[in-house]
Amino acid sequence: MSAPAGLTRRGFLARGGVLVAAALLPRLPPGLDAAPVDPPARWPELVPPEALASWIAIEEDGTVTAAVGKIEAGMGISTAFAQIVADELDAPFAAVSIRMGDTARTVDQRGTGSSNGIVQGGAALRRAAAQARQALLALAAEHLATPVEELTVADGVVQVVADPARTVAYGTLVAGRALSAVVDPAVPVKSPLEYRLVGHAVPRTDLPPKAAGTYEFLVNLRLPGMLHGAVIRPPAAGCRLIGVDSFDAMPGLVRVVTRGDFVGVVCEREEQARDVARGLGVRWTEPEARFPADADALYRHLREAPVVADDTAESVGEVGSALAQAARSLEAVYEYPFQSHACMGPACGVADVRTDAVTVWMGGQKPYPLRSAVAEMLNRPLETVRVIWLPGPGSYGMNDADDAAMDAVVLSATVGRPVRVQHQRADATAWDPKGPPASIRVAGGLDADGRITVFDWESRAFSARIRNPSTSRAGDSLAGELIGGFPGGGAPRFTHSQETYIFPHKRRHARLIDWGCSRTTGLRTSHLRDPVGPAACFASESFIDELAAAAGRDPVALRLEYLADARDRAVVAAAAERAGWQARPSPQPRPPDANHVCGRGIAYAPRNGATVAMVAEVEVELATGRYRVTRFVVAHDCGFVVNPLNLRGTIEANVIQAMSRALHEEVRFDATHVRSVDWLSYPILDITEVPDAIDIVVLNNTPTAPPRGAGEPATRPVAAAIANALFDATGVRLRRVPLRPADLLAGLNA
Amino acid sequence: MTTITVNGRVSTVDVPPATPLLYVLRNDLRLDGPRLGCGLGQCGACTVHLDGEAVRSCLLPVGALAGRTITTLEGLGTAESPHPVAAAFVAEQAAQCGYCLSGWIMTTAALVAREPGAPDAALRRGLAGLKCRCGTHLAFLRAARRAADQAVVTAPLPS
Repeated sequence: MSAPAGLTRRGFLARGGVLVAAALLPRLPPGLDAAPVDPPARWPELVPPEALASWIAIEEDGTVTAAVGKIEAGMGISTAFAQIVADELDAPFAAVSIRMGDTARTVDQRGTGSSNGIVQGGAALRRAAAQARQALLALAAEHLATPVEELTVADGVVQVVADPARTVAYGTLVAGRALSAVVDPAVPVKSPLEYRLVGHAVPRTDLPPKAAGTYEFLVNLRLPGMLHGAVIRPPAAGCRLIGVDSFDAMPGLVRVVTRGDFVGVVCEREEQARDVARGLGVRWTEPEARFPADADALYRHLREAPVVADDTAESVGEVGSALAQAARSLEAVYEYPFQSHACMGPACGVADVRTDAVTVWMGGQKPYPLRSAVAEMLNRPLETVRVIWLPGPGSYGMNDADDAAMDAVVLSATVGRPVRVQHQRADATAWDPKGPPASIRVAGGLDADGRITVFDWESRAFSARIRNPSTSRAGDSLAGELIGGFPGGGAPRFTHSQETYIFPHKRRHARLIDWGCSRTTGLRTSHLRDPVGPAACFASESFIDELAAAAGRDPVALRLEYLADARDRAVVAAAAERAGWQARPSPQPRPPDANHVCGRGIAYAPRNGATVAMVAEVEVELATGRYRVTRFVVAHDCGFVVNPLNLRGTIEANVIQAMSRALHEEVRFDATHVRSVDWLSYPILDITEVPDAIDIVVLNNTPTAPPRGAGEPATRPVAAAIANALFDATGVRLRRVPLRPADLLAGLNA
Repeated sequence: MTTITVNGRVSTVDVPPATPLLYVLRNDLRLDGPRLGCGLGQCGACTVHLDGEAVRSCLLPVGALAGRTITTLEGLGTAESPHPVAAAFVAEQAAQCGYCLSGWIMTTAALVAREPGAPDAALRRGLAGLKCRCGTHLAFLRAARRAADQAVVTAPLPS
């Protein structure tokens, strides 16, 4: 019986073989419905990364369980991991399961983020699989009384080359024992020429169960004796809890929990918890006017408020005097709003707080830091806490998942039973940490020959890390903030631009405006997919386009003139070529009597070693300003690609989500409230709006090119590409995201 | 007490009649296909078939469904033996996180059963309003196209 790679019931369990010596880890009873009946008093503080058995286990029936400290956020990385392991180990792909994100059983690799899954998780798995293969061959040599050099392996079976009838299977060699080798960081790994699965189009292993309703999402977890929890958040900024009104018996209500400003309810049934949370009379103090009154006020505030920190990323020449001396100079200000994760499923968290052990099931990206936060919240030793990741909805950074987990911890600790907290839509859309807004001023100058001589880019933004992008302190979570007395992390994170244009005078500078007043509100900031990237790129790539227009230059040719990096140039050229780009300046000449006009725009963005360029094509209805993006052409260089079939899905998903952010997404608010609470007040892209095609050109996909991660890069240039296309079509330059038809119309009529 | 037929099995559930069907399906009948996305009827993650028609189970009080027939994603097929529409989604690799997937498959299944071979524009309109936060829409359109074409092949011949 084969074990499909990816997440299966077996992926969660220790079966006949265990990952490390039996003395260290518990054997779990089968069945996802059951909590550990007798959890140990202690789990190991660390799963030892140097022990091979921490990474790979082989069972007697030949199934392989590989464990990694990353999680599957929905991009298909669990399949890629299985490809890597099966390839390096020479085991059948169908026999490989990947265990992820369990602090008691997978090495602490912090979790998922920064598009580093393949780079970190994949590399560690490859080394471990190579080490395991060596160890197994040594055992086989003994078993078959034949030197290792005279053996070959395929599909988990070792064979004597000279006498193929003599074989022994991996499972037989291991015979229920753990692999006891130490991981050698310099273990030789296969040459890419030997890859059979890596680099090939392998269908995702998690899709068949997802399409059948049998994939084990976190929201499916049910424990014996489990109760259901819901949270009641403060109704507006600055509201402090006065008290809960007395209430008549409410159906299924077990407990109302208040601690500081934290309010939660625990009920027998899930919908009862929801209903009680809605209906309970809770009194709060008056709101505080903590936010600007609206978007215009927000951007004014960003431009006028005192700067609390400065950071220069690049400084070449003397931009001030160069601007003064330019034959022609331009300046523009670009504006980017708060945006929400607005994950498809409001977060779920499950906690079982017992007297001597705590188990938490969470759907966020960083299970390892969360363990510390849970221990701190409960004032328990770290080794009594186990955090287990289970698949949540798609995750794009620091969303509401850790908050739901900490809510469950508080409620379970209070009632002494397992509690499942299910956030409602507003708990997600309104209360998740947000991507920060920015006001970015760019100035540039041309000489008499139309050459760009100076480029001065400066952002004014809130830190993108008011809320720690990992939950390592109790005070990082909303529960911790509401309860009070728990310090949180958080750090200055600047909105920086990463483009690599070379100009005689250039400055890239970022300034931070204080936003500490957002703590304990839905406008606290943290990492949202490609943190600060779309805002920064919107400004830089729009302005490059404005310079091109001022100089009467074709936007592609101009970019190629000022880009020196070969890979950056290659993606720009490739996107243009695939798009059939006709070299000419923007905007397109307007045909007389036109009702609709078309346009094309290009934008490029490097991101942490990957680089992407894309062309957007638009069609605009002149009478209304409404427009459609009809096509994207994406040139994508993320180095070597483990699964080219999966890469297409990842790039398309990045582009569509980023298009949603460019066209629709801004968090609505007023001075006291976050007003985006559901899909009506925070609309996202609909299927009727998606382009007809996204054409993808993959560059630099060679085994010698280091993999750079594809989880985020294609998000970055989308807004700029669309804005540039709209300019090309209409001559109207939109400098604020979302790119609204009403603003386009206003520009057309100006 | 309300008696409903879900995935071919008759069940009697003892919950207040106002209880939304979604919670009954998930928590009383242990079905995991339909999921909570908003509880407001805005996203479609809870979509099931009610007498063959795609409906949002988060808004349906179970007490109003006595004697009705409900199908969830699990009722269409299994991972080993998938429903043709589910198979079309897998063939097109049409999922990222998959949290919304049940709603898209159920809606597409009802759509192509009603209109085999529906043109692309009709598929887009028929799927309008469903949410996918990951951005899988293009793959969904490819899957729906495949499912619609398959439905022509398998549609009963006119007598």
